Amino acid sequence: MSHPSTYNPNSGLEKWLDARLPILRLAHDSFVDFPTPKNLNYWWTFGGILTVCLVIQIITGIVLAMHYTPHTSMAFDSVEHIMRDVNYGWLMRYVHANGGSMFFLAVYIHMFRGLYYGSYKEPREVLWMLGVVIFILMMATAFMGYVLPWGQMSYWAATVITNLFSAIPLIGDDIRTLFWGGFSVDNPTLNRFFSLHYLLPFAIFGVVMLHIWALHVPGNNNPTGVEVKDVKKDTVPFHPYYTVKDGFGIAVFLVLFAAFVFFNPDGLGHPDNYIKANPLSTPASIVPEWYFMPFYAILRAITFDLGPISSKLGGVIAMFSSLLILFVLPWLDRSKVRSMRYRPAARLWFVIFVVACIALGVLGGLPAEGRNVLYAQIATAYYFGFFLIILPLLGIMETPKPLPRSIADAVLNKHKPEAASGGAQPAPAE
Amino acid sequence: MIARTTIFAALASLAGMTAAIASAGSAKEAEHHHWHFAGPFGTFDKDALQRGYQVYETVCASCHGVEQLSFRNLGQKGGPFYLNTCPAGFADNVDCSNPNENPIVKALAAQYRYQVLDGPDDSGDMVERTPLASDRIPGPYPNEVIARLANNNALPPDLSLITKARHHGPDYVYSLLIGYADAPATVEITPGQYYNPYFHGDMTQALKPEFLDAEGHVVDGVVVPVGGVLAMAPPLVDGIVDYADEATPETVEQYAADVVEFLTWASEPKMEARKSMGVMSLIYLVILCIILYWSYRRVWAGLKK
Ligand code: HEC
Ligand code: HEM
Repeated sequence: MSHPSTYNPNSGLEKWLDARLPILRLAHDSFVDFPTPKNLNYWWTFGGILTVCLVIQIITGIVLAMHYTPHTSMAFDSVEHIMRDVNYGWLMRYVHANGGSMFFLAVYIHMFRGLYYGSYKEPREVLWMLGVVIFILMMATAFMGYVLPWGQMSYWAATVITNLFSAIPLIGDDIRTLFWGGFSVDNPTLNRFFSLHYLLPFAIFGVVMLHIWALHVPGNNNPTGVEVKDVKKDTVPFHPYYTVKDGFGIAVFLVLFAAFVFFNPDGLGHPDNYIKANPLSTPASIVPEWYFMPFYAILRAITFDLGPISSKLGGVIAMFSSLLILFVLPWLDRSKVRSMRYRPAARLWFVIFVVACIALGVLGGLPAEGRNVLYAQIATAYYFGFFLIILPLLGIMETPKPLPRSIADAVLNKHKPEAASGGAQPAPAE
Repeated sequence: MIARTTIFAALASLAGMTAAIASAGSAKEAEHHHWHFAGPFGTFDKDALQRGYQVYETVCASCHGVEQLSFRNLGQKGGPFYLNTCPAGFADNVDCSNPNENPIVKALAAQYRYQVLDGPDDSGDMVERTPLASDRIPGPYPNEVIARLANNNALPPDLSLITKARHHGPDYVYSLLIGYADAPATVEITPGQYYNPYFHGDMTQALKPEFLDAEGHVVDGVVVPVGGVLAMAPPLVDGIVDYADEATPETVEQYAADVVEFLTWASEPKMEARKSMGVMSLIYLVILCIILYWSYRRVWAGLKK
């Protein structure tokens, strides 16, 4: 949270710099002395984990780009050249490819964390919305990155997704032509996707800076959702308390990351992407990467026309709405209580929401036929119903549990058997 | 793959959707073979790699290329013919661990069954010449049209990534090679096509007309066989390749296992380096976790009221 600066330039050089560009002061006040609620649990380590993911993607990506050739006749072979002939190229490529998945795993946990603890509520609306911007940019980046190795799935995923845009009335075909740079997915498409895939991560980096800025004005939310009342009692300085806790969380995350990279590097990928793209041969089934599957399921759940809206356009609208709805979430959930620890009814609906999202993920990877379509429609209806009906109504109807008076109170009460707070969470750092 | 399928299977059965999964794919599930390279510590069996190369060269190379491989790869660290030191009788200044100087690799390249196209030479003509260790391993056909003409209009896929390009690749290719069977009596196979229960296809189309009704639907009570038909004749028969080592059986199963070992290496020649680095990385990271957890407890201990 905003707080008076505690930076003390020690050396002459630091004093000199501080008078001209107080960048060390900024770093000190943001990452060393920043007052942080003392009750943050491990779900709060995912912000740091995400930063590490972004840095890993940028570093490995820059090295890959030194050896990669963005041409339809050479892209596939250049990736194999990276795998076989470039020193540690296999490592760079596997880290980058699995890094995409790890990045999304972390971002999904991070977002569910925000949903559960009401971190999107006043005064953190802008912080939340910047997060949604980052998420959408990540999806665009990962989609275009997946096209670069120019395997069968690369080519056909690009074809399916770019074709969606043609469903937009009037300008759809022109948008699609713009993506393609021609009249089908081809070399110009690959070139612009490479250019944008290189560019967007730096845009993400910029928005991450804004995201952290917007975090440091109101300060962190915390598992109780109760604002900091007394900086002395409720908070600890970020360093060393959270540098060490985040460091531990990051290290555990890297164990999982390394397990994939070194022992199952193709486990999250699709075998068809080791076949060169062939516009004349459609794969038996075209499936996106796992992290797109919930949205793919929503897209395919709209199998009916609605008046003038064709089922295809309806699917596209539903898919984009499922992202855009996150922007207005702060105004849909009217409850004054942030944390679902004190909202037992909301907590139940939230658990069902998580199940619905996972079900959508599973359904997105299965053929859209028979019962699967119905299941996807039910889950899609719940997805939107949760935001548009359940949360607004709960804000009016539910009776929350009593809130602790302060963070310090909540931490102390934890140790008494008749603790007032919902004990569903594992004990945070004490 | 394994991780993803099991997670999905678990989630799907939770949601009561197992039926939907079972309906996908009509081929027989690949036999599970025990591979030397399986598991986190698995390495390639060097003898099997050498025999596998021999099977590839004598049999599969008539129709399939391995375009991602150069001869020199055969002599690089972890490859089938890697030499740490030169055999007796070599000059001191020859470094046989260098794949381009490896005498076995040089000989394999020089005696290879196909030539490479090079040039243009001084008079502007393209010339065929004997391959060098640094050349890509040449394939059987100059282009796709000729490949199809020679194979009943089917295209034999390049094999250098085949075990990564199929689900459970090594088991699948092994099963395909040993799995050719006589076609069930209910189906009619066109000449130049061969039935294989492990190949993904749709056997409804091959059913004899008496098992289909007027609209082309399968008559009640008739079971459509699993598998499919492909344009590759069973490539292996007992004794077709002569192994130098008398102790190794010259059977279809042994050839298939050996060639799959070789093709798996060809798909990822850096697998051994990957796994050994993985073991070191995980040890390092786990120690790091322990130290950080301990520091975390220490730092926060001071905060207890
Ligand atoms: C006489 C030519 C010929 C020989 C020899 C041959 N193949 Fe094939 N192979 C083919 C053709 C043609 C196809 C494509 C079949 C089709 O798609 O109908 C094929 C396809 C394959 C496939 C792909 C199956 C799939 O899932 O799509 C594999 C794997 C394969 N061959 C492995 C081998 C191996 C290993 C050998 C050596 C032991 C070998 N082949 C020898 C002609 C040959
Ligand atoms: C937000 C961060 C990023 C994400 C989520 C991401 C995601 C991806 C994905 C999913 C792939 C396909 C991997 C595969 O299957 O092979 C890929 C490929 C690639 N990316 Fe990125 N990427 C990111 C940042 C970058 C950056 C910053 C660069 C360059 C500076 C870069 C360069 C490349 C290159 C050259 C490829 C093709 C090589 C390959 O396929 O392995 N990426 N990216």
